[in-house]
Order: sequence, then C-alpha cells, then structure tokens
Amino acid sequence: MRTRGGKIGKALFGVYLLLYGGFVFLNAFAAETMETTPLPGVNLAILYGFGLILMAFVLALVYGLLCRHTEEPAAKEESTDDL
Amino acid sequence: MIYEPSFVSVAIFSAFVAVTLAISFYLGSRAKSSQGYFAAHGQIPWFVNGVAFAGDYLSAASFLGICGMIASYGYDGFLYSIGFLAGWMVALFIIAEPMKRLGKFTFADALDARFQSRGIKLVAGISTLAVSVFYLIPQMVGAGVLVTPLLGFPHWVGVVLVGVTVIIIVVTAGMVSTTWVQFLKGSLLVVFSLVLTVMILSRGFEVRDGGIDGHVFQKLLIPDKAALEGGEQSVEGLSGRSIMPPTGAWKETQFVRIKDTDTGVVTIWTQRERHLGMIELDEAQSIRTLKDGSILVNGEPKGTKKGEPKLHPVGYISRLPGGKQKTGPVGLLSFFSILQSSEVILWDNKTITEDDGTKTTVYFQKPTPGSRILRPGEHPRFRGIRSDRFKDKLNFLSLMLALFCGTASLPHILIRYYTVKDEASARKSTIVGIGCIGFFYILTLYMGLGAMTSGSLDVTDNNMAAPLLARSMNELLFAAISAIAFTTILGTVSGLILASAGAVTHDLMTNVMGMSLNDHEQVRVAKITSVVVGSIAIVLGILFEEMNVGYLVGWAFSVAASANLPALVMILFWKGVTRQGVIAAITVGMTSSLAWILLSGDTFTKVYGLPAEMGLVPFSQPGIVTIPLGFLTLIIVSLLTRD
Repeated sequence: MRTRGGKIGKALFGVYLLLYGGFVFLNAFAAETMETTPLPGVNLAILYGFGLILMAFVLALVYGLLCRHTEEPAAKEESTDDL
Repeated sequence: MIYEPSFVSVAIFSAFVAVTLAISFYLGSRAKSSQGYFAAHGQIPWFVNGVAFAGDYLSAASFLGICGMIASYGYDGFLYSIGFLAGWMVALFIIAEPMKRLGKFTFADALDARFQSRGIKLVAGISTLAVSVFYLIPQMVGAGVLVTPLLGFPHWVGVVLVGVTVIIIVVTAGMVSTTWVQFLKGSLLVVFSLVLTVMILSRGFEVRDGGIDGHVFQKLLIPDKAALEGGEQSVEGLSGRSIMPPTGAWKETQFVRIKDTDTGVVTIWTQRERHLGMIELDEAQSIRTLKDGSILVNGEPKGTKKGEPKLHPVGYISRLPGGKQKTGPVGLLSFFSILQSSEVILWDNKTITEDDGTKTTVYFQKPTPGSRILRPGEHPRFRGIRSDRFKDKLNFLSLMLALFCGTASLPHILIRYYTVKDEASARKSTIVGIGCIGFFYILTLYMGLGAMTSGSLDVTDNNMAAPLLARSMNELLFAAISAIAFTTILGTVSGLILASAGAVTHDLMTNVMGMSLNDHEQVRVAKITSVVVGSIAIVLGILFEEMNVGYLVGWAFSVAASANLPALVMILFWKGVTRQGVIAAITVGMTSSLAWILLSGDTFTKVYGLPAEMGLVPFSQPGIVTIPLGFLTLIIVSLLTRD
C-alpha cells in the first residue's frame, strides 16, 4: 500500500506542482497575461487563482478515493509478508 | 479612528469566549496522562480532526491579514490564500502518512525515528520553538487588532488578554480540548464568512464620496502658482482659508497645507490634476505628532470620545461602469466584472519629518481603476514582478516558494497527525481540512474586496478590514465574527504553545538532557513552558503591532520551510541521509532564514525604525535562498559523513 499510495501521491503532487509553478512563473515573468479577461470582465488572475484552489480539493479527493481502493488488497499483502 | 464598544457586541463576545473556555476546562479535565495532553490519546475522529486542521490553520493571518491586504491593495493579498492552500498539497501527498507512521508526539520523533540521536532531537526541538514563536507573533498582533474596535481597549490590552487566556487554556487543558475547540471555531469561521460574503453580494456596489461616518471628502481648485509658492494671501474660492508656503520638508512633496485663518487649523491636501493654470486638490487626512508629544488629527487635538476629532473611515467606489450610482445585488462573477470597470479610492500614506522633529503622517487618496486592483503587482512588495530586472522578481518567487513549502513544516500542524488513530485517518482528515480551508480562501477575495468598498476601513491599520466590514453590515454580525476570530486566535496560539511545550518537555528535557520525568512531571514541565512561551509571545505581539499579520506569517513559513522541510523530505525519500546531515540542515536552514529576516529592509523599517535601504540583504523573503541551502547542506554533510 505504501508504495502504491506513495506513487499516486507523487503523481498527483507532480500535477499540482506544474499548475502552481505555471501560476507563479506567469505572474513573475509575464504579469500582463494575468490581466487578460478570458471571461467577460473576469481576468485570468482570478480564474487561475480560483482554479488552483478548486484543483487542490479535486486532487485531494481523487487521492483519497484511489488510496481507499488500494488499501484492502495492500493490507492483505502486508500481512502475508509478515507471515 | 475612535472605537466605542457597544453593549451587545461585548455581551456576545464574552459569551462566546466563556463557552470556549468552559469546553476547554471540561475536556481538559479528562486528559491527565501525557499521551492525552500532547496527542489526545490518538483518538480524535478524522472528520473532527480535519475541521480542526482548518481551525488551526485559518488563524489571524488568514482572516485578518489576507482580508486586510486585499482591502488595501487588491488581488495581491489573494496570492497568500493561493500559496497557503498550495502548501497543503505537500502536506497531503508527501508528508502526512509517513509522519503518522514514524512519530508519536512531536515532529522531532519522526525525524529521529531512524537515528535515535540526541543531536537531532536537540536541533528539531529548538527549531520547533523558533518557528512556533515566530508564528505566535502575528497571532498576538491579530488579537490586539480585534480587541481595539470591539472593546475599545488599546492594542496592548488585547495582546495581554489573549496571552493570559491562552496560558490558562493550555495549562488546564491540552490537545483534546484544543482539538474540539478548533473544530468548533473552524466550522463557525467558514460558516460566518459565507454569511458575510452573501451579504456583500446582495448589497452590491454604490458610488460614494466618503466613508460610512458621512464625512464627504472635498475637492478644491486653486491656481497652480498658489500651490507652488503658497503665501498667506487669500485665494479666490477659499474664503477664510489661506495656502501655506511649501517650506522645509514639505517642499518637493505632492501636498498642500491650507490654514483656516480664524481657527488656525491646518489641513492637508493632495495635488491631483493640473489644467489651464489651475490645480485640483483632494482632501487628505493626517496625524501630526508635535515635539511635546501631543497629537493633532486633521489639524485638531486628537479626541477620545465620539464626535471629537478623529480619522474618517475610508474605502469606497468613486465611479461605476455606465455612470451608475448603485448596482443592487451582484453575482459571483459579476462582482468582479463590475469592479473591473469601476474606479476605487484607495489610500496611501507618507510620513514627513520636519527639522524641529515634528512628524506628520499624511493619508491621501489614490483613485485606482478596478482593472489594476484585480491584477497582481500593486502591493509595494510585489511591484517587482512588473520590473524588467530579474532581481526584483525574487522577493515574489521567494515568498511563493516559502508558502508552498512552509505548511508541511509547521510544527503545530504536524502534531495534529498524532491526534488520529492511523495513516488513513491522517489522510482523510487532511482532505477534509483542504476542503474547508480552500472554500474559506475563495471567500477571502470577496470579503477583502467587499471591505475595500465598504466605506469602513481604518487608514492606520489594514488588519482591521474584515471585522470593520462586518460592522458596516450590522453590529451583531460584527460581534459574532470578532468573537470567532478572537477564539480562533486563542486556539491557534494554544496549539503553538502546546507544540513548544511538547518540544521542550519531550525533545529537550527527556531525550536530550536525559532527565527521567514521570507522566505527571512531564505534564507539569509542559505547563511551566507554556507560561514562559506565552509571556514571550505577549511581549513580541506588542512590539510588532504595526505589521500586517499575513506578512508576518509569511516569514514564519520561511523559517519553518528552511529549517524543517529539507530534513523531513530527505529522510523520507533518500537512504543516504546521515544523522550529521539532518542536524546540519536544520541548524543552517533555521539560522540562515532567521538571520536573513532580521537583516532585511522590512525589519529595519518596521521593527528597528531605520531606513529600509540599510537592510543588508537584497530582498526581504529568505525562502528562495535558505530552503535550497538547507537541502544542499543536508546532501553535502550526509555525503561527507557516510560510513
């Protein structure tokens, strides 16, 4: 379970790191992009910011669900190893 | 501003605090062993622990600091919300489960699980103390901020009040009660913030020319020459007033002083636009401290009661799209699109010191288009992102890195992993925590911008934006929100003091000094430590009064991330780590980040009262240098000391 859960965790962490890194670097090196308005009157800074917060929760839920699925068989594996 | 306490607010506030204390005492009486005191017997349900995470995390910084920064500068404050939440991804995906697996009481346990080294326990214990004390400062400053408008007390009374109450809570209770109290407050904070946001949206926007006290900020049109040269001559349109010549420190500023010839009262105005030999002036506000220590507010002796001279509340929209005067209720997205095409009067300030030592702080209007308010880079500390020089962008990058890495390194968050029964519960409670915290952070943008346009802001202290916004809605909401925020601070401070007490008792005394303490003695030492740390926090809370609490928390994150994260991550993912490597990484990370902060321009101005240019480091946020330094130290020392 540790390996599987750990792998899922690292993969999801990678996804979030890319999203967060993209946000930080856009702000730092192309700040004017953040002023564009993909939705009428609502700029990218707000949409990307809200998106990051929502994605954090979605990824956390996905992680929780995937770990739950792997928990039972993995627990059995561990107990077999112990024997 | 002058704050008059109302009976209803004080009654609600006192009732709320009394109930919190009662719960603490009741639950505290059930946790007598050290396992119960430090880790709540590991039996807190995961959902409760998750909301308690939110209670612990959504401290003064989130509620007061972020809302205040957004209210004063716009979007930039929201960058903290984003960074604070992003940090939870590190906590959930990388740290949560191994932490639970390796430790028992403290973060040092987890670090030391492989080595059983007294050196690691020592540095980890000291780093826990350093981070906790740093994190305590903004909480205490926030406490003072809340008490001032609510009870009418000076700032320091609020700090002492919180300090003493928390010491009582921690000494009588422990982790069980802290957790349940945090659960209660975490839920209430999110629910009441939602109520506040719904009220902001249903109130919509309205064009004003002053704050909620009814004062209308005036405009004047005077000849250009009069503004430049002054003179005691009367100017047309200014009957009974004359323009003072711009002498001494007032030369080369954008300010014009106008004297009432009957009363002698001097008011200050800001030059705005020049056209056809005339210049438009906006009314400014000022606090003038004379040589003898007496204070003039807007030219008159400072008052203490309602109706006497005081600074006027500010923060309002001067122009809405389509020339409208009022919008009526707005939606979740139209809230931003309307603001984007409006103009808001923000306020800036400048201090002028004259040759005789008289100091005048002028608060002046800064009409700002909504499109600028809703973009990053307006706050002085983030302006660098619009610069062409790479060096100017480093402060921003450094802060965002520290926020990302800091959460998972905070001792008072890490100890919460020991209050649940297993790794799955640790994971589930983190997910619940992320849900609550993320939802709250989305609300901060509405609350901050709502406060910015509420006409209730205090120009001298942006930390007060959220409670003052609630007050502009109604007194009951104000009392409830202040009470929740206040008790949230109580809870966060309790958690931090408990983390410090755990570090001293468990890591330093038992494991490093080798003292054998029985269960009862351990709890007693922890309680004595709590009193000492609480007292230190009170003093620091008074010293750092003027700083934005969100900014202060940013520093605490930098110290936590630099000192703790390299060791935590490398122990989990690299087999080559040695005992010496861990000790060196924590020591170097902690001392370098602390030294960087103490030598930064921000500390020079806000704490030492010296010019920012005297700061010895190129930018204020240490993370981008000191976090990699921690990793590098760990790797090099580990390689050198391998068997």
